[in-house]
Amino acid sequence: MSDLLWLIPVLPFAGSLILIVAGTRLPKPLVPVIGAGSVGLSALITLLIGIDFISQETSPVINQVLWQWIDVAGFSPAFAFHLDSLSLAFIFVITFVGFLIHVYSAEFMSDDEGYARFFAFLNLFVGSMLILVLADNLLLLYFGWEGVGLCSYLLIGFWYQEEKNGYAARKAFIITRVGDTAMAIGLFMIFKTFGNVNIMEIQNQAPNVWAMGSQEATLIALLLLGGAVGKSAQLPLQSWLPDAMAGPSPVSALIHAATMVTAGVYLIARTHVIFELAPTAQFVVGVIGAVTLLIAGFSALTQYDLKRVLAYSTISQIGYMFLALGVGAWSSAIFHFMIHAFFKALLFLAAGAVIMALHHEHDMFKMGGLRKKLPVIYWTFLIGAASLAALPLITAGFYSKDQILWLAWAGEKGNIWFFLAALVGAFITAIYTFRMVFLTFFGAEKTHVSHVPGSLINIPLIILAALSTIAGFIEVPHSFGHLQLFTDFLNPLLPATTMQPGIESTEWMIQLLAAVLSIGGALLAYYFYVMRPTLHTQIKSAVPQVHNFFQLGWRFDSLYDWVFVKPFVYLSNINKNDFVDWPYNSLVNVTGFISRMFAFTQSGILRWYLIGIVLGAILILTLGLLI
Amino acid sequence: MILPGFIVLLMMGGILAWIASQKSLVLTRWISLLTVALNFLGALVVWLRQPETSSSWLLDYSIPWIPQFGISFHLALDGLSLLMLLLTFFLGSISVLISWKEIQNRVGLYHFCLLWVLAGITGVFLAMDLFLFFFFWEVMLIPMFFLIIIWGHENSRYAAFKFFIFTQASGLLMLVAILGLYFVNGNQTGIYTFDYFQLLSANLPSDIAMWLMLGFLAAFAVKLPVVPFHTWLPDAHSQAPTAGSLILAGLLLKTGAYGLLRFVVPLFRDQAIAIAPWAMAIGVFGIIYGAILAFSQTDLKRLVAYTSVSHMGFIMLGVFSFNELATQGVVMQMITHGISTGALFILAGFIYERIHTRDITRMGGFWKSMPFLGTCGLVFAMASLGLPGLGNFVAEFLTLVGAWQATHTLTIIATLGLVAATIYSLRILQKVFYGTQAPSTVLVDLSFRERLVMIVLVVSILWLGLFPQPMLNTSQPAVKAIIEASDHSRASAYKPPTQPKLVIKRKGGSYE
Repeated sequence: MSDLLWLIPVLPFAGSLILIVAGTRLPKPLVPVIGAGSVGLSALITLLIGIDFISQETSPVINQVLWQWIDVAGFSPAFAFHLDSLSLAFIFVITFVGFLIHVYSAEFMSDDEGYARFFAFLNLFVGSMLILVLADNLLLLYFGWEGVGLCSYLLIGFWYQEEKNGYAARKAFIITRVGDTAMAIGLFMIFKTFGNVNIMEIQNQAPNVWAMGSQEATLIALLLLGGAVGKSAQLPLQSWLPDAMAGPSPVSALIHAATMVTAGVYLIARTHVIFELAPTAQFVVGVIGAVTLLIAGFSALTQYDLKRVLAYSTISQIGYMFLALGVGAWSSAIFHFMIHAFFKALLFLAAGAVIMALHHEHDMFKMGGLRKKLPVIYWTFLIGAASLAALPLITAGFYSKDQILWLAWAGEKGNIWFFLAALVGAFITAIYTFRMVFLTFFGAEKTHVSHVPGSLINIPLIILAALSTIAGFIEVPHSFGHLQLFTDFLNPLLPATTMQPGIESTEWMIQLLAAVLSIGGALLAYYFYVMRPTLHTQIKSAVPQVHNFFQLGWRFDSLYDWVFVKPFVYLSNINKNDFVDWPYNSLVNVTGFISRMFAFTQSGILRWYLIGIVLGAILILTLGLLI
Repeated sequence: MILPGFIVLLMMGGILAWIASQKSLVLTRWISLLTVALNFLGALVVWLRQPETSSSWLLDYSIPWIPQFGISFHLALDGLSLLMLLLTFFLGSISVLISWKEIQNRVGLYHFCLLWVLAGITGVFLAMDLFLFFFFWEVMLIPMFFLIIIWGHENSRYAAFKFFIFTQASGLLMLVAILGLYFVNGNQTGIYTFDYFQLLSANLPSDIAMWLMLGFLAAFAVKLPVVPFHTWLPDAHSQAPTAGSLILAGLLLKTGAYGLLRFVVPLFRDQAIAIAPWAMAIGVFGIIYGAILAFSQTDLKRLVAYTSVSHMGFIMLGVFSFNELATQGVVMQMITHGISTGALFILAGFIYERIHTRDITRMGGFWKSMPFLGTCGLVFAMASLGLPGLGNFVAEFLTLVGAWQATHTLTIIATLGLVAATIYSLRILQKVFYGTQAPSTVLVDLSFRERLVMIVLVVSILWLGLFPQPMLNTSQPAVKAIIEASDHSRASAYKPPTQPKLVIKRKGGSYE
């Protein structure tokens, strides 16, 4: 079965190719069959390989070389795949969640004139994302990495006729490319150090090459982190993600929630050996995660646009994953990635259905009362929201987030500040999540429901809602039963977190605190938006600057505009005509001038020539007499 | 015999096409297409059946020309020149195809000029006698001048003269350097010769060598072009007819890069090493400078021309890194840039044929009415920003990995050039294909002939991105030899070719 590994990324590519070449000529019903079918087949193969994988005693690894890509002077990356438990977890999420989103899109996008183009790009994305997580060397990983960036660009700007969508698309591409550049430099350094870009080789050799805390390791880790923060929309490169919501909702669900934006988490987990050798860099990862999750959380509190709340929430939740990576809670980060993929994809898809039902209305304050009109959407959205807010015991989000909170507190690399950031973040998460729920589904109906979604939209929502609940039970904390299926699954690959000594006894207190805060946040949202709905507008008008500051994402856009965009455009525009040309043109002008002067003497008038001869003769004679 | 055959066939084809234009223009076009295509097949045969040789040289052809002065008609082919020939004939065939409809006046003369430019370029890539090299250098210049001035756009006179004067002035410096090399070597050894392989072992006083090298460098730096000698390029590119821009960007610039690799590095290794930091710095400056200027251009062809300035900076960076990785990157860059930038010029030409303007502020929303053109535009914009999977990525990544071994600071700045490339490439897409189309314009998507050209180009850039290794294998011995020539201890490796062992027989018997 493992021989079929290569088919997993190749099938979506094939689907994409067919749709690009023949898309507009295909009968319309065939388009989603090819689009969703190719990803569905990949999911099926993933399932078969996964069963094969788990049923084996020792943790197996599948390597498959397709062809030698480049082989120059020892630099020899191949098109080769490497499947271990970490990549298996990722391809599972990518193919299954991807398939559900494709099914959803079959209905969601059915009235769009770019139907085939949409599925072509979506398939291309899935293929590239699979290459990214299956790559056995960093150059192939980079191939997938840039490929998903391209698809993100294409899909954010899918409705290309509107200027602002194109702007959002370019912003996303350019900002992530800044991170990618750092990562590319990291690759140059890695190749120079190891003479190789194969991930496993690097992993094996790194401890021999570098001492703990080596400067070079730190530098490389920070450069890889640069790539990761770009792709995963973390500080300071986070500002593209809220604008990326210009794309269709399935795109936001697949690319900007479930998969691509977690590529940074994958990269750091994949190269965790380097980060372990560079404690400073790993600490920076934690700090970035902690700060980002708070910044984005505050921004999420103040948004009007339903999808922008979810976007900031995604940034914040990925902040949790970075925090987990920063404290060495590798498998917790991956676990939270998986659970987050389920509930955030669910929330985006449900939000998309709401927006479609309300005639492309994005503003939550113009929604309301949808609980009765759209029951399936309401219940699934509520389940997703509960998971995002980490309501205790029944939601998957509780189990994944609790693990991170606990390890930020109890892990050897954890500290009180990381823990407090995560705790405050959890409280804010609960508030903005339920603010969203109450504004959208409760209260009076403000916009008429024009379109009730059909089964192709409902079924993926229900499946994702189920996953957002039960998937948490594969990882139950110490204090109630201790089940660690997911951690054990990743264990030989991703080492367990070292704990501070004698801290286990406090675990239940942490859990209680987290539970109280998340329920408290939900109740607070209820008080503000259901019981006293005028209160929040009063607060807003009392401190408008603060509100705007948060709402505009801490004004990072204005900052970058002033520091980077405006100078670049200015510099480019003042020199549009290329000042280097000036000396050459001056030379031409001077030559022309001299030529005209001499031409002037060739007037053809005899008198002038005679005067010239006489004057010349006098001059020569004078000179002759003088010398 | 196949080497002079390439050149003779092109020259004969050019004359024949001109004569045929008295009878039928279609015949003229077919004659030139078949001539170039035949050459392409010939080069392909050589490539697929690479002769086994002990040195890096695959084929060699030499007859005395003016023996009194030590001038011979000496052509030789190694992996590097073979790849360049493949590129020349490939883009040559395409340049005939894209002129099919665009050129309607003086068709015969046009094809004569086109084929003679190609003949000159072929000669430049093959000549192993410096006098002969200079001869071909001139052969490619003059017909190009006519291509721009006769069939160019509104300001073609200015552009053509500028192109001519820049190239000619720098070419004269090279001629002086060639003569200097000839006499210095002759004085020392008593053998007066222009032969490349004999001059390789010339033992030059270092101060003279520096001046001679600067003479060569001047010609190649203008041709490449290196900032600040680039200003002929945006004018020439934007004013030339589509095929002219294709040949300028795809091939003529590459003769500059080829000259650096073939002459500057092996003939003057110590001097090249001495100026390497400056040369790399100026290359990296060009990467950033070209990219910033590309961003503000509103003339589509001028914009693409500045992207060329930016991309050619990678060649300076790579050549003067003196290692195999970077040099292989340079070779790939020559091929992939030729294809991708050529394709962008062709797209600009297609758009010009439809709306009669190159002003991007008057474009927009073309994706809707011309999805095929849009998809191709997307592919080549991505190629130009270095997306993995397309050939340019392999080229630029190899160059950068190699350059990292030589210099850290400059490589970091050059890598930032990738961000700048993203900015201008996405601007092209936005201005041309995104947004809404002006309601009055009616546009038809590409015709069959145009589609054929684009499909071939898209497939080749993808192929180069996914399977670059056959190309890299071909150039590897030549590249290694050039690198080793720049390394004192192993300089003996770059030996003159042994007698050719393999004669490729052609059907039809035009040459053998």
